[in-house]
This record gives sequence, structure tokens and C-alpha cells, in this order.
Amino acid sequence: MHRHALASASLAVFAFATPAMANEDVLQQSARPEQWVLQTGNYTNQRYSKLAQINRDNVKNLKVAWTFSTGVLRGHEGAPLVVGNIMYVHTPFPNTLYALDLNEDGKILWKYEPKQNPDVIPVMCCDTVYRGPAYADGTIYHHQADTTLVALDAKTGKEKWKVVNGDPKKGETNTATVLPVKDKVIVGISGAEFGVRGHVTAYDAKTGKQVWRAYSLGPDNEILFDPEKTMSLGKPVGKDSSLKTWTGEQWKIGGGTAWGWFSYDPETNLVFYGTANPSTWNPAQRTGTDGKPIDQKWTMAIIARDADTGVAKWAYQMTPFDEWDYDGVNEMILADITVQGQPRKVLVHFDRNGLGYTLDRVTGELLVANKFDPKVNWTSGVVMDKNSPQYGRPQVVKEYSTFQTGQDKNTKGVCPAALGSKDQQPAAFSPQTNLFYVPTNHVCMDYEPFRVSYTAGQPYVGATLSMFAAPGSHGGMGNFIAWDAAQGKIAWSKPEKFSVWSGALATAGGIVFYGTLEGYIKAVDEKDGTELFKFKTPSGIIGNVMTYSHNGKQYVAVLSGVGGWAGIGLAAGLTNPNDGLGAVGGYAGLRDYTALGGSLTVLTLP
Amino acid sequence: MKRAGFASAMIGAIALLSNQYAMAETASTTAKKEIAGKWLTATGEPTYNVANDGTVDWYTFSGFRRYHSECHTCHGPDGEGSSYAPALVESVKTMSYADFMLIVATGREVVRADKQSKMPALGDNANVRCYLEDIYVYLKARADGGLPRGRPANRADKPEAAEKQEKECFGDR
Repeated sequence: MHRHALASASLAVFAFATPAMANEDVLQQSARPEQWVLQTGNYTNQRYSKLAQINRDNVKNLKVAWTFSTGVLRGHEGAPLVVGNIMYVHTPFPNTLYALDLNEDGKILWKYEPKQNPDVIPVMCCDTVYRGPAYADGTIYHHQADTTLVALDAKTGKEKWKVVNGDPKKGETNTATVLPVKDKVIVGISGAEFGVRGHVTAYDAKTGKQVWRAYSLGPDNEILFDPEKTMSLGKPVGKDSSLKTWTGEQWKIGGGTAWGWFSYDPETNLVFYGTANPSTWNPAQRTGTDGKPIDQKWTMAIIARDADTGVAKWAYQMTPFDEWDYDGVNEMILADITVQGQPRKVLVHFDRNGLGYTLDRVTGELLVANKFDPKVNWTSGVVMDKNSPQYGRPQVVKEYSTFQTGQDKNTKGVCPAALGSKDQQPAAFSPQTNLFYVPTNHVCMDYEPFRVSYTAGQPYVGATLSMFAAPGSHGGMGNFIAWDAAQGKIAWSKPEKFSVWSGALATAGGIVFYGTLEGYIKAVDEKDGTELFKFKTPSGIIGNVMTYSHNGKQYVAVLSGVGGWAGIGLAAGLTNPNDGLGAVGGYAGLRDYTALGGSLTVLTLP
Repeated sequence: MKRAGFASAMIGAIALLSNQYAMAETASTTAKKEIAGKWLTATGEPTYNVANDGTVDWYTFSGFRRYHSECHTCHGPDGEGSSYAPALVESVKTMSYADFMLIVATGREVVRADKQSKMPALGDNANVRCYLEDIYVYLKARADGGLPRGRPANRADKPEAAEKQEKECFGDR
């Protein structure tokens, strides 16, 4: 339990009242700016570092300190961790994990390479990505593609325990990071496109024994919703809040997986995450028995659960009856900001559906829901009038409703495309500016749904779509924006040639970092987005930028390795149906800019 | 149908087809014919048709749709390939129809020093099995340069035979 004799002596006095638990360790370790112990920086998911040695004046002088090849070619999401003198670098399938010695420019201290059945590869929709492990209490928690969760001794790489969370034969896989909280490790699942019934599960951090599992859909006792106490938009959710929004037993193959990120608020003991799409992309196959839209709760939702019991305190569904594949899994960022003159404890979320949400994280009250890309057109907005029967619901624009246009018909010009105005690539928040820095996609689509049948372990999609850069804009497929979550307004927007598929990092040096699909790591001024530095790494970046300090020197690190949905969707370039008969649009394909290859680039000042 | 059963039935059928093609391969580029909206090469192999005004036959259009539901999440848009899986517009230039059917039905695993890739067996996935020919003729049209990227601008109406075959294949409607 205790790592150092000194620490245990000083903690002993508290030991009677509060046993040392993972979240205390995570809180202490993540408060040290020289380290990066969770993928998201800390429990708030702010991705903000207090390190200020690299600042807006000297960032232009950044040079490569050292690099490291991971030996894996697939898309590299997530970021390295730094704990003490060790850096932990993970890879996509086969999910190799390296412990690198920061005292020797990344000499390999140990390597963990799990043996996994390759059958898991084709059931991972859109590349074998992995958003990375987490550290707590001398342990690295590593969740493999085949859903094996393993606890490794952080010093030696020796297995402490392992447990299997899902069944890849049914399409259950893992791409998400994990969250150590208190005496538990919380994990998610992927596979909504395979008809997986989504869940989040807590395992005992010491033994790997399952403590609770909360499904996203199904009976109250399996989704861990209390009909009287679990709230949504200020009201109790009532009995069978999920079941009554599905036809028959469709919820059993209903998706709503949790494949993104988790945040945690120690004050309220709540864990926050989002759920994915309701499996098939053909909405006509999911209607109520009357042939009308039905909500499919709690897919496409933000859910706040008690870390100890898993019981939901509140939930909010962003896109009822999805018609566009706007998964709700993107990160939930916790911040304390002033909204309408009142200091509020908020949760800010940039959804695939193109709306930036600000909610009270204690109660789930909806404060702001505005478009963070002006091209978003599927909705005219969310009803904010609490007395309206439509309160909290997005109003769907008929022209862009793939359901109203109908099966076997092509709905044209929907913005955003299925990959969303933003996908999993996490945003950052700087308490210095009170702004959120958001990597976004600026892509629209044509979407035609049609009938599909379900087979366990096989794709369950049922739509064809063509994507193209947002028309009538700068011609690029992405923007990097700064967002005021109190006002629900874009502060500034920097156009990018390709979707920005890399997680952002804000620092006390007044700068914000992100990567691009061509492979540049960039630094911009937090105030206005002015580009201050860029460097081309060996491959396209879909990983997240992180920073740490070693022997008094600040470093910035990022994983390169193009792939993921971005690499699949954009490799060949997009077509623009408005340009004529499928001519390739404004920009050539990503494959003209970068090639496969996982590598780590570490930068510092000379 | 169980995967093994389907796969072996498929292999048998493919073996017959292969012989048939082998005997007449030199004639395969000569005139094609239409039977109830379906286009076949002189040797009876399924193929595409693009009319002078750009209208594609139903099956090619169907292949476009099914490809972009079942295949493009690995193989990229328009058969162009991705960072994850090969460009099928290249593959079908040299791959026979029989080999195409066999690989889609039974899968393929490639283990190389630098990477391991795995194509799943899609033979028991009705969304693929019922449209195998369609997907093939669509990719063939793309590979031959007969069809530009993107959604075909115009298509022929769905033939009754396609409706009937679809119902039989799905078995449940």
C-alpha cells in the first residue's frame, strides 16, 4: 500500500480515518506538474500543465531531445505517461508496453507484450487503436484490445493480476483508457457497430475482482439507475427509463458502448463518461412499434455515476434516436468557471453532434448547448426553456434527417459527418484564459441508410456515406478552436488542411500544443491562436501531446503513427460531390503527406 | 447457416467457376450481355455496366452501398485503401472472381515481420453474403476506371430479380 517508508510514517496518522487509496495517490501524483500519470493529465481531464519553462517567447527554439520507435505500424492514439524517472509508452494492437528510463534517453527498462488472438483485429471498427494505460499506487493498469485488463508492477512490469472484461467473438473489444479511482479501476468497452450492449465496469484495484457493472441500456437494475434518485434535466428518470425507449429486445444489441475517456470529481465522488451510438446506422430499423422515432436511452448520453456503487446520479441524452452516428463518447472536462455571473462547477463536453455542452456537474443541469462549428446544420439548436416539453432536446432539421428522408434514399449535405465535429481527440482547458482548446473536424456528408441483418460478431451498420470538406468554408477538413464554455462561443478558430485528430495540451507558458494528420506538432498562442512553432514528426499524429519535467528541464512529447478512423477515412482523400462526378476535393489524400509508423518524439529547449 | 458449412459449399462452387473461367479466359474481354438487369461477361462472370449518360446498373450501385457499409471501415472510401487495409481497386485488377469470393467468405490472415493483419470471414454475414457479386462488380468497375470515386450519379431501377434474390438470401422477409 505504501511506497516509501517516509511516506508511510507520515501517512500513518491518517491511516485510521482514511486508508490510502488509488485516488489519493492519483491526486497526489497528478498534482506534481513534472509527471503525467493519467492519459488525461488528471481527474479533471483538463490536459493543462503548470510547467512554464517553455513559453510563448522561447517555444520557437524547441529541438528534438530524443526519439523512440514503437515497432508497431497501426494508429497511435493516447500519450505516454511519466511517473518519477520512468516513461511508459503504449502501442496499438498487440498493445506492447514499454517502460523507458528518462535518465538514459529512453533506454528500455522493461517491455510487456501480451499474446492476443488476432481474431480481435477485424472486429475492431476503424483500426486497432488504444487510448492508453493509467498509473496508480505503483501499478500500471493496461486494458488490451481483447478486453484483458492487466495490472503490472510499475517498476518491473511483472503481472499482478489480470481479468477478461468482454468477449471479442461478440464484437466486444477495448480501445479506451482506464481510470483508477479509490480502490477500483474503471473500464469501458467498444463495439457499438457490432451490436455490442455497452457497459462500464469497476474492478478491485488490488485483486481484479469485479465490483460493479453498469450497462448503458436495459432494465434499471442492470443500468444501475434509481428511478426515484437518478435525475435527468431536473427530474427523476422514473421506472424503466431505458427499456421503454426501445422496441422489443433491441436493447440487447443496442450499442451505447463507452470507448472514450473518464473523468472523476472527488468532491461528489462521481465518475463521468459518454455513451456511443445505438448500433445500426439505419434509424428505420430502430423506430417504436408505431414507426416513429424513439429515444434509445441511454445511448448518446453523458452519465454521472457514484464511483463506489456505480449507481447513476444523473444522465443527459444529447442525441435521442441517432440518425447520423454521433457517438457521445468524447471526454468530459471538469472546470470551475463563472456562468451568467455565478461561479459554477461545470462539466464541458464537445460532442460529435457539433454541440458544445456546459452542464452543472453536481446536478446535471444543462447550462449551455451551442454549435462549436458554425457549419453544423442537422439541428436548429437545443430547447433551453425548462417549461417546454422539448426541454433539453435538439430540434432536428427535416432536410438533414436521414430518418425522414428515408431508407434507401440519400440525405445530402449533412454537417457534421459521422466522424463528428470532434471525435475522441481530447480538448484542453486553461485556467489562465478560461478557454477550452478544441481539435475539430470540418467535414460534412451524404448519408443513405438501408436494411441490415444482425449476426453476432459481424458489423451491424446499414448505411453508406460520402464525406467531404465543409462546403462554403476555407476548403480544409479541420479547425483548431478556442471556446468560451460560459458563453457558448468560439473565441478564435485556426483553419487546418486535415481534421485535427490529436489531443491538445495547454500550459502555464501561455501556449497550446496539438498535432496534425500530416505529422506536425504545433504550438500556438493561447490568446489568439498565432502559430509559434511547428515541427514535422515521422508520421501523422493522432496521439495526444503531453508535457513533463526531468532533472529540472521541461519536455513536450507526442506519439506519431497515422491511422484510426482518420487514417481510414482520409488516407485516399475525400470526394466532393458538388465538384462534379466524384472528383477529388480541394486537397489530395493524406497518403500524399505521410505514411505508417509508430514513434515517439520528445522535444525540449536547447 | 454455420460458417464451416457455408464456407465448404462456397469452395465447391468456386472450384467449378474457376474451371469454367480457365477454359474461356481469353474471351473474357469480348462482348458482355444483360439478363434481367444483370450484366455478365461473355464467359458468364458478373460484371458492371455504365451507360453513356453515366447510369450504372442496379447491382453496381448496390455494391457501392454495401461496400460503404461493410468494407470501407477498413478498406477506405471508394475501394481506395487506407492506413489499415489494402486498396481493393488495386487488388481486383489481378484477383479472380473466384479468389475474391473465397477470401471474402473465409477470411485471410497476413503475418509479416512488420505487421499482422486479418481479414474476417464474412461468409455468414448476410449483409455481405447476399451482395457478394454486387460488391465485386462495383470494385471491378472502379478498378477498370469505369466508375469515378463517390456515389454513382444515376442508377438503373432495382430489378424484380434482385428483390427476389435479396428476400431469399435474408430468409426473413
